[in-house]
Amino acid sequence: MSRHTLSVLVENKPGVLTRIAGLFARRAFNIYSLAVGPTEHEELSRVTVVVDVDELPLEQVTKQLNKLVNVIKIVELEAGNAVQRELMLIKVKADHSSRSGVLEIVNLFRAHVVDVVPDTVVIEAVGNPDKLDALLNALEPYGIREIVKSGAIAVARGSRSMTDRALDRSSRVN
Amino acid sequence: MVQANKQAPKPQASKPAPSPAALARPAHSAPVSYECTGAESIVRSLEAVGVDTVFGIPGGAILPTYDPLMDSKKVRHILVRHEQAGGHAASGYAHATGRVGVTMATSGPGATNLVTPLADANMDSIPMVAITGQVGASLIGTDAFQEADIVGITLPVTKHNFLVTDPADIPRTIAEAFHIAQSGRPGPVLVDIAKSAMQSQTRFDWPQDVNLPGYHPVTKPHSKQIREAARLLASARKPVLYVGGGIIRSGAAAQLRKLVDLSGAAVVTTLMARGALPDSHPQNLGMPGMHGTVPAVAALQKADLVVALGARFDDRVTGRLDSFAPLATIVHADIDPAEIGKNRAVDVPIVGDLKEVIDDLLPELAKEHEKNGKPDIEGWWRQIDSWRETYPLGYTETDDGLLAPQFVISRLSEISGPESIYVAGVGQHQMWASQFIRYERPNSWINSGGLGTMGFSIPAAMGAKVGSPDRTVWAVDGDGCFQMTNQELATCAINDIPIKVALINNSSLGMVRQWQTLFYNERYSNTDLHTGHGTKRIPDFVKLADAYGCEGIRVERLDEVDAAIKRAEEINDRPVVIDFNVSRNSMVWPMVATGVANDDIQYARGISPAWDREE
Repeated sequence: MSRHTLSVLVENKPGVLTRIAGLFARRAFNIYSLAVGPTEHEELSRVTVVVDVDELPLEQVTKQLNKLVNVIKIVELEAGNAVQRELMLIKVKADHSSRSGVLEIVNLFRAHVVDVVPDTVVIEAVGNPDKLDALLNALEPYGIREIVKSGAIAVARGSRSMTDRALDRSSRVN
Repeated sequence: MVQANKQAPKPQASKPAPSPAALARPAHSAPVSYECTGAESIVRSLEAVGVDTVFGIPGGAILPTYDPLMDSKKVRHILVRHEQAGGHAASGYAHATGRVGVTMATSGPGATNLVTPLADANMDSIPMVAITGQVGASLIGTDAFQEADIVGITLPVTKHNFLVTDPADIPRTIAEAFHIAQSGRPGPVLVDIAKSAMQSQTRFDWPQDVNLPGYHPVTKPHSKQIREAARLLASARKPVLYVGGGIIRSGAAAQLRKLVDLSGAAVVTTLMARGALPDSHPQNLGMPGMHGTVPAVAALQKADLVVALGARFDDRVTGRLDSFAPLATIVHADIDPAEIGKNRAVDVPIVGDLKEVIDDLLPELAKEHEKNGKPDIEGWWRQIDSWRETYPLGYTETDDGLLAPQFVISRLSEISGPESIYVAGVGQHQMWASQFIRYERPNSWINSGGLGTMGFSIPAAMGAKVGSPDRTVWAVDGDGCFQMTNQELATCAINDIPIKVALINNSSLGMVRQWQTLFYNERYSNTDLHTGHGTKRIPDFVKLADAYGCEGIRVERLDEVDAAIKRAEEINDRPVVIDFNVSRNSMVWPMVATGVANDDIQYARGISPAWDREE
């Protein structure tokens, strides 16, 4: 199985996320991460789904997603042609003796400290999954208390806009 | 509670069904706009979209809608006795007419009773709209009386569904629901409307256009794929057209006929496609699959080209998937892109409405024939004919003195003829009705194929009779199925819907019993129903028919069969139930057991065709 990132443009209506999540469960596909948010168009939301799936079932899941009435467009974003980011918040042990070591790692990874108390710091880091994994490995020896990760979001490189093209198409057809 | 006005006009004889392609274009109608309640807006919307019949039951949350419904001059409401039956009746109506079937129910248990017919319609691509009442908007999510999240519950078993809490959304939502139900690959759509929306004042504004930015069914096939399909069909030596229910839904039977004649290919018609090509057509090998004919199953196994038209490579057709049609190149045409390549890898995928697909394919095939001559498929037909000669569809006589069910069904087909509509439940009787009734036209065979819903027959026959009042409608039902939904005989008797029921009464859950005979050492766990000859007859179906105001006839002897069917054919002022007491030992043959290859089909118990001899 390999990891794929799908960018799914949907109508901004109640229940759409349930339809998408339900479809994955029903057809026995595994979601690795999911991120949903508004777009530059009020009527559209964008869902980024990362799935672990082989090529053939991926085609089937894309087709099934396309059948959902509220789904407007699906694009697979391949690593080479897209920018992909996750946000991570890490609470790590850092007392008087270890804080400078932790801060060095934070600087190396161009992360930020967003909260400090005497025995821990909270670090905010943004990056692709590989970078965040490396950061976690580096922090591991100091004692990680808590991790919160967003789902990945991604956008294709270049000047073309997925939303514009999708809206063009639907206004042309109707 | 309240019964619709009896003077309401009955539906006219069925109009020809529009194809999905025609329906994929939004309908335009004259603008109208006025003040009314949400409930009135629902009824006006149903009228505006052309609904003539609704099958339903009122209750608390839908009650406001039943008041203006009583005054509608265009919509006839038929009060059913169970919501499940209302849903199946809408299916039967849609099956017989090609138009959208409509059912209505209240919130909570009324709505949950619709789950089975919605799932059934979803599997068999039946255009249906269900309108359900929901508790008032302010009560949603509070576990209010008769509250159920029916939108959430039916999400996986509908093509789409809606929750409406703002009365202003009613007309647009109903217009969209009907558009979605009947266009593209048809299916059921549920519209759940809060009672508070029905009770509020609103404006009825019929939308000029349906605006669904994410819904654009593709109906026009790709010309390059069509040419490739034509080239394959013109050069294959062992071609088979694998015809599915999509041909019926598309209304493409006439086009199919031309393709069959032009190509000379062998044709198999799946359970959902019986009647898509006349059984009398010499190229029709009958039904493929688990209980298919030996020639149909064998032709697919030995084919070098399979052209699937609106079929979905269901496990009941393919048997063990990795050994299905092992030598064949696959052309797969379907209006639903997700069906293509879902189960079987495809060489030539074609997405489109089958009417347009075949219309485009015919001239390309003719061109290929002009260029290279017609392919030599005589050897193929010699091989097929030898299978037909050696393994015709048949049955063995019974050994207990009781009637053979296959005989009864054959006589029914002979006497009632191809103009009638036959509606089956699920089980042995369904398979025999598919095998032994001769179908000559589309929409004459109605059954629950994908979901396999026992109890489908009686309500679906009722819906079919309402949709096609001028046709004779026979419910071919089993004693197990019949006991799940026979309360609808009351609806039929009261509303002048004279269906006829051929009850294939073997006093047991016959198909399960057959499996117990074959695979469970004849241990008959919980399959005896005590309804047949020599039992306590609980219930006595003749008395039951009488209690429901229907004519009841019992048939136990061979020489009574024809007379009973003929008598039933003459009765048109009330429903008729013929209780045919048949042998419980009769089994459905041929049979491919689950999980084995189609090559291992058994013609009769312990008898497998010897393939190599004929090759």
